[in-house]
Amino acid sequence: MGKPKFAFYWCASCGGCEEAVIDLNEKILDLTAAVDIVFWPVALDFKYADVRSMGKGEIDVSFINGAIRSSEQREMAELLSKKSKTVIAFGSCAHLGGIPGLANFWRRKDIFERVYESVPTVKNPEHILPKMESKVDGYKLNLPEFYDTVSALDQVIPVDYYLPGCPPAPELITDAIDAILKNKLPKKGSVLAPDKALCDTCPLADSKPDKLSIKEIKRPHEIKLDPEKCFLAQGVICLGPVTRSGCGECCINANMPCRGCMGPTKAAIDQGAKGISFIASILGVEDEENTSDEDVRDLIKQIVDPAGTFYRFSLPYSLLKRKR
Amino acid sequence: MQDFEPNVVVFCCRWCSYAAADLAGTSRMTANPQFVVIRTMCSGRIDPEFILDAFAKGADGVLVTGCHPGDCHYVNGNYKTRRRMLLLEEVLEQFGIDRKRLRCEWISASEGGKFVKTIDEFIGTIKKLGPIDGIK
Amino acid sequence: MKQRIGVFVCHCGINIASTVQIERVVEAIKEYPGVVHAEDYEYMCSDPGQGMIRARIKEKNLTGVVVAACSPTLHELTFRNVTALSGLNPYRCEMANIREHCSWIHKDVDKATKKAIKIIKTIVEKVKLNEELTPLSVPITKRALVIGGGIAGIQSALDIANAGYQVILVEKSSSIGGHMAQLSETFPTLDCSQCILTPKMVEVAQHKNIKLYNYAEIDDVSGYVGNFKVKIRLKASYVDWSKCVGCGLCIEKCPTKVASEFEQGLAPRKAIYVPFPQAVPNKPVIDREHCRYFKTGKCRVCEKVCDLDAIKFDEEDDFVEEEVGAIVVATGYEVYGVQNIGEYGAGRYKDVVDGLQFERLLSASGPTNGEIRRPSDGQIPRRVAFVSCVGSRDPELHKPYCSKVCCMYLAKHAMLYKHRVPDGQPIIFYIDIRSDGKGYEEFVQRAQEEDHVTYIRGKVSKIYEDNGELVLLSADTLAGMPIELRCDLVVLGMAICPSSGVDELTKKLKIQTDANGFLTEAHPKLRPVESLTPGIFIAGCAHAPKDIPDTVAQASAASSKVLEMFGQKELSHDPMVAWVDEDLCSGCGVCISLCPYDARELEIKEGKRIATVKEILCEGCGSCIAGCPAGACQQRNLDDKQVIRMVETVLSRG
Repeated sequence: MGKPKFAFYWCASCGGCEEAVIDLNEKILDLTAAVDIVFWPVALDFKYADVRSMGKGEIDVSFINGAIRSSEQREMAELLSKKSKTVIAFGSCAHLGGIPGLANFWRRKDIFERVYESVPTVKNPEHILPKMESKVDGYKLNLPEFYDTVSALDQVIPVDYYLPGCPPAPELITDAIDAILKNKLPKKGSVLAPDKALCDTCPLADSKPDKLSIKEIKRPHEIKLDPEKCFLAQGVICLGPVTRSGCGECCINANMPCRGCMGPTKAAIDQGAKGISFIASILGVEDEENTSDEDVRDLIKQIVDPAGTFYRFSLPYSLLKRKR
Repeated sequence: MQDFEPNVVVFCCRWCSYAAADLAGTSRMTANPQFVVIRTMCSGRIDPEFILDAFAKGADGVLVTGCHPGDCHYVNGNYKTRRRMLLLEEVLEQFGIDRKRLRCEWISASEGGKFVKTIDEFIGTIKKLGPIDGIK
Repeated sequence: MKQRIGVFVCHCGINIASTVQIERVVEAIKEYPGVVHAEDYEYMCSDPGQGMIRARIKEKNLTGVVVAACSPTLHELTFRNVTALSGLNPYRCEMANIREHCSWIHKDVDKATKKAIKIIKTIVEKVKLNEELTPLSVPITKRALVIGGGIAGIQSALDIANAGYQVILVEKSSSIGGHMAQLSETFPTLDCSQCILTPKMVEVAQHKNIKLYNYAEIDDVSGYVGNFKVKIRLKASYVDWSKCVGCGLCIEKCPTKVASEFEQGLAPRKAIYVPFPQAVPNKPVIDREHCRYFKTGKCRVCEKVCDLDAIKFDEEDDFVEEEVGAIVVATGYEVYGVQNIGEYGAGRYKDVVDGLQFERLLSASGPTNGEIRRPSDGQIPRRVAFVSCVGSRDPELHKPYCSKVCCMYLAKHAMLYKHRVPDGQPIIFYIDIRSDGKGYEEFVQRAQEEDHVTYIRGKVSKIYEDNGELVLLSADTLAGMPIELRCDLVVLGMAICPSSGVDELTKKLKIQTDANGFLTEAHPKLRPVESLTPGIFIAGCAHAPKDIPDTVAQASAASSKVLEMFGQKELSHDPMVAWVDEDLCSGCGVCISLCPYDARELEIKEGKRIATVKEILCEGCGSCIAGCPAGACQQRNLDDKQVIRMVETVLSRG
């Protein structure tokens, strides 16, 4: 049997996931020795036609990062799905929709209007907006459709495994590749990261008080963060409790709270809902018997953009998926 | 819109509002039938996930009921509910779901009348808002 | 497991059948996935109805039962028992409420029928995922701990001990008796407090079932209902009580005098002392803070005069551990300090005394042998003012609550003063007179009519000293005139507060206090002597200000709750509690902040923090489950999956 064939592709993403593969450092040499990379537009000169000409299931594993926001991305995802034995959703955007998924709080027309018309640096008196078809000097030009709604990868094609993270930590990538090469992948549908939440491995876990109670909500830039102390104990929203571990705690080690890129834990359905519930649970309302709804609301209003906070990486993957 | 029959989920705490619904029945009061009660031990059991799930699956409205503040059978479960629901309301608004589709009401075991009134009022509100799918 | 669910639809005579078309319901449910049998009957709760369910469980080999009938509040237990009788786990049976929540509350037959079908389907979905459960059971250590040796603790200890169970009684001072031992005579009967209390004190000391730790404090409490472990600190008394016979020579010879706590500072005691002559046990302790030897390294007079060699200057605090199943907290009260009331001199004036000091002046065994003589110069006061609501009912500056006993004891004080000083003039300043006990109103009337106590309705705004006399400024609000009154002695009806140190104790016991520091009961009406922590009960003024009859009644009530527990073979507990999937719990600890019962605890298991559930303490409210950020915590027979399936069923069209 020859070397397994790998493909890497990016959809709506920032490129960080590609960077993460490079971040394997010298290990990437082991990787290239062990596998054949048959498609990787970012790093190597392949054409779509090369993929189209492959047989069904010819690619062993496709690592697809990025959310699905355009028809081109969808077509490519579908094409790779056809040509691959195994598809791995690579990184938060493919897994959950990620940061591009936050666009689901708007409609396509709002986004176009904003980007092409109302942004102060844009002057567009003729109201020219992207169109799927246009004619220039008698030539027809086509652009892919910009979808109204951003999707996670598995909302478009079947996904076998998920490698979470923004981007996935090098250890997770290495472990996943090892598992592929040794044929030790877990049950299909698994997320290739630990099942527990970040608090399990958080270096600040011991500094958490017995009973958490947030009396005033702070944003990281508003206070001098104590690097030795649990963020929640400092009144800073940290999504560690609702977020899968395995990231290597890089944010925590950089004195920033967890923002949830690894997605919900195994038993949670909706990361945002869990975030809402646990933060509301530990809001410390003094003398709660004598407070009105308005008083409680005042405390809650300290959370700037709650939906964006709790669904930062998982909006398309959430129960409601988008704004109505 | 006239023949729109909303689908409403009502969460009741076993000790207060569920008993109030029982009392409403025992007293032969009449309420709009477009709702079904799901019983929990305490309103504190109600996970925002349940409510988002209900909206995602087409609930036109969700009514969360519990004991009056200070009367919780479990000391302070209803305060936790209140905090969760108030934060959830803010998030719903951002999702473009009218916050009136989620209502939180404290109904004691002796308030059969309030239960019926709340149901009828709430279903009335939902009828005005229209089906949840219709607001895309 | 393939589900075989049976649905039994009750007509409830016409109560359900007149609005819900039973036949249609049965037909619809028969087809529902997982349902293998559906049947209706006029009265499902009747003997034939129950028999039918029992028979079908066996015949059809059912794995779950849904009884569509009335509210589960009415008959859940009935049908679970029926299910159990057929060998099916009772927790595999649920009721679908199609009467109160459907046939009775709706009129439209078609809509009610459709709704009944939906309600039943929803419950079928729940039963599909119900686990087989058995009630939890926990063994009970049938010994009780009573904390506090005042009248509440004494009564409680005696009740439990007399029922045949062992009691550990812990009292922080060297004698039991509490404040009641300080009182002269008690309202409304004017019987002598000591005469009714001391026999009970002696009974405690001699009771074979009571182990008394006097001069001791609770150091630590662990465990839970039925199984508490209590560490008790025995404070060093520097006297070997096993040798001491209580001859009193050491006390007589001790050169150091300090103000006696028992006499409320109105008389001295020695540095080695027994708090009062009738103390139980009657053994002295050395007050280390004031003892000359401990202060200067010289003296040891007591040691020299003790023939029995009972003085032990090198004694240290000792600790004992006791295992108990129930705890009664009867830590009593203290009087709000006069120093808190600036406008009444803040304790500067010797002749402004509090109620307990006046009790000592009235007491035959007190510093004046029962003659009323004012502290400053020993003169018999000719005019005495009694001021009620001092520090009580004053939410802005002091305590918001009514201290309950002051109206009555001030009436008693005025009355007893009049008996001792027949030409004296007692004047009571009051806001309202609260005399709502048995014989209390008559008592107040007697004070006014027979003993000619003057009652003036008005708050006292200021008290100051002028030429050896006290001047009171007030107003007679009924006559609408200001009052300036000169008198020889003022007695303040001070507010009653929880004993100091209760805060620390409640933390150890994990029980709650209200805003004023009084212990919180589990329910203000229905569970007035239980704390929110199972197995811990409350009695006496630790709970709220109360008089002796109420205290004794509550103490006996607390004992009866203890005895109710001890009467059981083991403790049984509803199994619908929280549980944790340890493979998913990250030990974030959110649940711990949420549990009102301290049933959630972080434990280290194989080096990992895991939030565990103390099942016996869990009341199954589920607020920790809704708050669990990881979905690692679930409730038995109402887990997330069940609720979500139920919601889905409610929302399914058709």
